[in-house]
Amino acid sequence: MPTVPAASTAPAPLPASLLLLADSRLPTGAHVHSGGLEPAAAAGRVRTVAALAEFLRGRLATAGLVAAAFAAAAAAECARPEPRWAAFDAELDARTPSPAQREASRAQGRALLRTAHTVWPAPALAALAAASPGGAHHPLALGAAAHAAAPEHAPAHAALLAASAAVTGPASAAVRLLALDPLAVHGVLAELAPSVDAVAAEARAVPDSPAELPAVSAPALDVHAELHRGQRLRLFES
Amino acid sequence: MGANHEHDPHHPAPAAGRALRLGIGGPVGGGKTALVAALCRVLREDFALAVVTNDIYTTEDADFLHRTGVLAPERISAVRTGCCPHTAIRDDITANLDAVEAHESRLGPLDLVIVESGGDNLTASFSQGLADRQIFVLDVAGGDKVPRKGGPGVTLADLLVINKIDLASRVGADLDVMTSDADHVREGRPVIATSVREHPDVPEIASWVRAQIAWWRANQAAGGAELAGSGHAH
Repeated sequence: MPTVPAASTAPAPLPASLLLLADSRLPTGAHVHSGGLEPAAAAGRVRTVAALAEFLRGRLATAGLVAAAFAAAAAAECARPEPRWAAFDAELDARTPSPAQREASRAQGRALLRTAHTVWPAPALAALAAASPGGAHHPLALGAAAHAAAPEHAPAHAALLAASAAVTGPASAAVRLLALDPLAVHGVLAELAPSVDAVAAEARAVPDSPAELPAVSAPALDVHAELHRGQRLRLFES
Repeated sequence: MGANHEHDPHHPAPAAGRALRLGIGGPVGGGKTALVAALCRVLREDFALAVVTNDIYTTEDADFLHRTGVLAPERISAVRTGCCPHTAIRDDITANLDAVEAHESRLGPLDLVIVESGGDNLTASFSQGLADRQIFVLDVAGGDKVPRKGGPGVTLADLLVINKIDLASRVGADLDVMTSDADHVREGRPVIATSVREHPDVPEIASWVRAQIAWWRANQAAGGAELAGSGHAH
């Protein structure tokens, strides 16, 4: 007598609502940001698929890790009776020396909260928006959105989403800006996937205090972001 | 918020207290920015206005409006679209909504916010979540077959403007063909053929916009109060 395959009764590894949040078609204004790719391209640092791969690897290990760790912590924070959003906000500001990047992060966070609150109406999202009059930093908004979309395992999900977005956003910008071969670019993203998983795993360890979250930096991204803001000819907000 | 899913797509539920949002789209070089400047000049005495421009890669359009001095600089802002002007007005309107709402919260109650799209193709149209009304601008120099080709901009815009008719004879465009082709696909929605350069007061277009603002106000007075805070129709 045939046995029922284990897979048919196993729970789905990811809830469908999380796929919505991961989908670049979710309207959150992300397509107008290049994650530093446009200024790097303008400086001649990224012209080819190979150079893009190096750029993404560096971004993942720095800005990607910080974003993933804060997203995971923010998702966990949603379960607390009184989330410490002001502390998280200050810690992210301290890790974001470039005013242009701060603005870009807040603009994307504000947009994501607007969309998430319409799609998954949750009090935690409104509370984060209310606590962030200038716009919540994007990793915090992403963590809260992951919690609103699917509370179970939200910190792990948020870490994976943030780490993944750290490379998929600039990769998409490179396809549009530099007309790189989209198939080759997705090949690069597939090669990076184990690294994305590794960064997400590292980011899942949520410390007691927001001050203990990772604080790796990428000075070139900071400098490029500032130079970019002064450029007259640019296609992306950041 | 998304409560009324059955509203007439051309008459989204008004949210009490917010301005009418007018999208102006069309291909590159048709005269969108000139029309925005003209409308601002003609309407600014009677209405509180603001403009959001979506340029493809610079703040050229916002700069043009600044130079022409049709509105105070704080009433004009520019949104970058990441190489995708149509995405920013249709699939992901977030950056534009943000700019529109920033105008409203900073400048107080407004009567009209104009969102000018970056020059794009014939399939571009404004999302109902961003624009309450939209004008699509073509010009005769783009070819007199364009209205026949259709596309959402030509067929669905609340007003189709065919601009630069003074050039029709020079580029061999048959204006009658353009207007009759447009009428054929537009199911009675209005078409105005004009030359913004020769008629900078754009009388016909301005009266159409005034009528839309009047309609908007009347609907808000009639039933908008209960919809207060509902925001845009997602």
